[in-house]
Amino acid sequence: MADAPKLVNITVNGKKTTAPAGTLLIEACKQIGIEVPSFCYYPGLSLQGACRMCLVEIEKMPKLQTACTTPVAEGMVVNTESEKVVQSRKAMLEIVLANHPLDCPVCDAGGECELQDMTYTYGAAESKFIDIKSHRDEQQWSPVVFFDRPRCILCYRCVRVCGEGMDVWALGVQNRGQGSVIAPNKQDHLECEECGMCIDICPVGALTSGSYRYKTRPWEMNHVGTVCTHCGDGCLTTVGVRRSDTGMEIVRCDNRDKSGINGDFLCVKGRYAFDFAANQERITQPLIKRDGKFVPATWTQAIELVADKFKQVVQKDGPQAIGVIGSNRTTNEENYLLQKFARLVLGTNNIDHHRTADFPAFAKAISENKARTASMRDVFEAPAVLLIGNDPTEQHPLLAWQIRNNVRLHRSKFYIVNSQAIKLRRQATQFVQIPTGAEARFVDFLSGNDAAAGTLTQAGASNENLSQLRDALKGEQNLVVIFGSELRGADISALVKFAAPQNAKFICLGDYANSRGAADMGLFPDLLPGYATFAGAARYQQEWGADVPALVGMDLKQMFGAARDGKLKALYVVGSNPVSRYALDPFVLQAPFVVVQDMFMTETAIAADVILPAAFAYEKSGTFTSTCGDLQMLRKAGDVVSVKSDFEIVVRIAEKMGYDVRKLVPFGKGLRADMGQSRGAQSGEADRHSVWLQARGLEPKVSPFDPLATLDEIQRLIPGYDVSQINLVSGNDEHTQLVQIQNASIPSHPELVVPSNDTLFTSGTLGRYSTVLNSVMERRATGKEVAAD
Amino acid sequence: MAYLVSHPDEVKVISSRFGKGAADIDRYLELDGYKAVQMALQMGSEAVINEVKASNLRGRGGAGFPTGMKWSFVPKESAKPKYVLCNGDESEPGTCKDRLIFEHDPHAVIEGAMIAAIAVNAHKAYIYIRGEYRYLLEIMQKSIADVYARGFAGKNIFGSGYDLDVYWHGGAGAYEVGEESALMESLEGKRGVPRIRPPFPAVVGLWGGPTVINNAETLASVPHIIMMGGQKYADIGTPKNGGTRLFCLSGHLEKPGVYELPMGYNLKKMIYEVGGGISNGRKLKAVVPGGSSTPVLTADEIDIAMDFDSVAKAGSMLGSGGVVVIDDATCIVKFALRTMQFYRHESCGWCIPCREGTDWLNKTLTRFHAGGGLAKDIDNIRYLAENMLGRTFCPLGDAAAMPTIGFVKKFREEFEAHLEGKPCPFEKHGAISQLPVMSH
Repeated sequence: MADAPKLVNITVNGKKTTAPAGTLLIEACKQIGIEVPSFCYYPGLSLQGACRMCLVEIEKMPKLQTACTTPVAEGMVVNTESEKVVQSRKAMLEIVLANHPLDCPVCDAGGECELQDMTYTYGAAESKFIDIKSHRDEQQWSPVVFFDRPRCILCYRCVRVCGEGMDVWALGVQNRGQGSVIAPNKQDHLECEECGMCIDICPVGALTSGSYRYKTRPWEMNHVGTVCTHCGDGCLTTVGVRRSDTGMEIVRCDNRDKSGINGDFLCVKGRYAFDFAANQERITQPLIKRDGKFVPATWTQAIELVADKFKQVVQKDGPQAIGVIGSNRTTNEENYLLQKFARLVLGTNNIDHHRTADFPAFAKAISENKARTASMRDVFEAPAVLLIGNDPTEQHPLLAWQIRNNVRLHRSKFYIVNSQAIKLRRQATQFVQIPTGAEARFVDFLSGNDAAAGTLTQAGASNENLSQLRDALKGEQNLVVIFGSELRGADISALVKFAAPQNAKFICLGDYANSRGAADMGLFPDLLPGYATFAGAARYQQEWGADVPALVGMDLKQMFGAARDGKLKALYVVGSNPVSRYALDPFVLQAPFVVVQDMFMTETAIAADVILPAAFAYEKSGTFTSTCGDLQMLRKAGDVVSVKSDFEIVVRIAEKMGYDVRKLVPFGKGLRADMGQSRGAQSGEADRHSVWLQARGLEPKVSPFDPLATLDEIQRLIPGYDVSQINLVSGNDEHTQLVQIQNASIPSHPELVVPSNDTLFTSGTLGRYSTVLNSVMERRATGKEVAAD
Repeated sequence: MAYLVSHPDEVKVISSRFGKGAADIDRYLELDGYKAVQMALQMGSEAVINEVKASNLRGRGGAGFPTGMKWSFVPKESAKPKYVLCNGDESEPGTCKDRLIFEHDPHAVIEGAMIAAIAVNAHKAYIYIRGEYRYLLEIMQKSIADVYARGFAGKNIFGSGYDLDVYWHGGAGAYEVGEESALMESLEGKRGVPRIRPPFPAVVGLWGGPTVINNAETLASVPHIIMMGGQKYADIGTPKNGGTRLFCLSGHLEKPGVYELPMGYNLKKMIYEVGGGISNGRKLKAVVPGGSSTPVLTADEIDIAMDFDSVAKAGSMLGSGGVVVIDDATCIVKFALRTMQFYRHESCGWCIPCREGTDWLNKTLTRFHAGGGLAKDIDNIRYLAENMLGRTFCPLGDAAAMPTIGFVKKFREEFEAHLEGKPCPFEKHGAISQLPVMSH
């Protein structure tokens, strides 16, 4: 580690303070609570000095200086509020506003506009200018990006975040002087990753979102911070919701407060693909199949039917005749509850889920080697990163952002081994292209098998490249090793064994929002929560006060096999689409009684006897575990009348089956405390009092539908999950470590891993029901291509 | 070939080869060309810098920074290559001196750049010429080719073991690129916008290497300084203002043209004797002493020495040597408007006060000159300009603000004469019949 930079003494507005040498004055001021206003300065992006809002007075300098470009120096005496500074700031705002259309009442940014805020704070209420403002027409650059040119104040934040942050470089400046205008890369439209970062970073309402513009005003929404429902990276997102006829309609997603592991970042899916919630095809009432047709039913009818059928099958054919398939999109609490339901209520270990990475093998490798997993934050801080397989730009956009910006801002080293020339190679210290499917052989080579090199060189890499890479990796301490589903089973063990001695940390990439959580929560026929084998069932039985069935259950494919053979009499599918994902024959589902809990009429749901309409991530609370193992809390934002959370549905079925729900959900164990609610909170703000109660475990979990009661149990039982609940409730991420698992006999089934291979714009699960995402794709597919200059 | 003028008071140093066919390399050699560079190679870096320091040569681009001192800021050791850059992006209205040098004595610029390179131990020199000077680019291109053909540039120049490459580069038509950091951006193939400073070019310049950037006239003076000795050169001028400079006399004069006069030459004498007085028997109203960006002097303020310090004392700047003479038939509001039209057109758009300020000044002055002015506009014009001054990203904002403030301050009564819908007193037909629609 380099020595910490020297501290220098500075005085700001008479306040003496210190800051590390090289700190920008604007940041040093921020540290002591002094705001120096700025439009163009943005932490982490290159310096501009263009807006001239941050001009301050520095002793011994005749002219005002920009605080955003001036590093602190020993003995510097600064005044940020002198008469001259205040006057200059006000004049600068007058000049910005001179040509800025004052259409605030209809501008999307009205109410959350930095120019409005600064005008309010620093004055400039009167205009001295009476000439006609220059006008330019608004432009649509893509289905989701609109540009209102006169509103633009040319701070170049969008240009920089697109280029430097995203490595897309789709925006630039055209013309000169007053004619200067931000322009897209394809003459009149954008060809980019459609991440919308440019919209988010725009300090005014120049760049607006196609999915949000003119829909509402910021103060009419409730802003709920939760975790993104798409990939496994676990971005925080602020869901903007407003009342509608059918509940709470989701109008916008952005990371409004720049909090969480993703800070500024959200990708195209996270930002726009929430509208599937309001898709016409969404199932909003229970459906029961009668004479081959789905007929609407009440919840009471549907739950009774399901409970009766399950009970019948268990009594008549035995618990082995029922299978349960869980989800990688439902919360940890729901997954945990579901496996408990299967094992205790139904009495079977026939439970599985769609596996997109070999997490059991990963858990085994980590615990065997006493290695540590890396958090998403570690990826941004690591001195070196190794990526084997996967294409994070498409499948893990936040991970790609973290790597890119670690390389850019910290000059970390970055090694890639991939069969494709993935975009991240542009940041790589070394990129080694190997043949498709050769990732395991590469690990073999890393482990010391030089003979494996011969089979790796057909895609461009030479023997020297490979040896060079291996030598370089051996020299990297505190490396973060990231690998995709290309590596499974024993290959993961070999890789962990290779890098663990260098104090490396590891990330195994799974595809969905809670793929990792589904695995951690034990949606396996042969593993209990926390990757415990049945040999270690004692502590679970003690906690649950019930026996865990001893027999290893059927995996997902075996369940379908049993259905075909007539041995499976009932199948309960929660938030999963195995027919499509595993390309299984839906006709085998004709014989058994099939219950599907989902949002849409999927390929699996069509084969169901009962469909129970489920809420999705933004409509419920609970926790998700990101693919890195970062645990975060979801909060309910949206609401659709008559759908229920998977948690509630499972509890209701169990209750109807006559099971004591207290054994299923440990509710009613919380402390009695002051239940008074602070009612002063404005809409859009968190109710701090209830947060305080929750955080201290004082809010009694009085309801069997309260997932937090189950979280308590998860934290008690699952190794690595005993993290600070107070931090979770406050909206922070807590990293869970797998190393606390002590189990060398975790079985692995590499053949059951089926990666979804989604791209930035495609997703077979939720994305296909997103109108916005489809419009982006259509536009790309039809190729309304205009040649660049 | 540009029309040359002369006057007995001239001291011909830089212009000594003008009109003598020195663009031809043989002719240049006959006229003592490429001797200074060989002397510089003998003298070595430190001696060259000392000689230039002794000459009191100050930058001819406009800021007047001592050249020898600038060279001494370049670090001796550098991991990155060092560069010498000749700023030939002459674009300041009223200034046309570099053009003559490139036309009549291009080798002097090359030789000066070579000496500067030797002084800072750089092995690459670039000569950047304003894009609109297409025909000068051809001359420079040939001159550099000739230099290579003779083996004066490239590997082992003059058998000294010193390698030095010289390149030329044409601009794309932006005044802003005359600003040194914008010029480097342009040379690197990017958009011509200025860079954040510090770091200054002497430390981090072209392609991140330490860079000396000098005006073409400055560099053309250097071979003469080496030949005649720094002290002798300094003696021509006034204290701290060594040598001669090319003054570009333009405007309402009987004999406009580029004259080489000693630093410190009296402005009044320059106008009435060298320039032959005001044309058509009119009276002098005002003088812009150093290019369009320098504050105007009234007819009463011109009895001053034309060196950097004296003009500064008089409240203006010596600038780039462009002396623009304005007679009493000229409307100062129109002059201010014409000046602002230029700066509005040339603002690069990077920073808000320059981009928006020049545009609004242009709008207001246009309306004002057309007779649509309001009394408060006069103060607003000054307010706007004063809030640009010293607050823009680069000096272009100052260049637009300084003259504007000067015009309002010194000729307020002419602005007032345009008020209340009255037509321009100097241009009766210029009045507009209908006022522009106001936004509020």
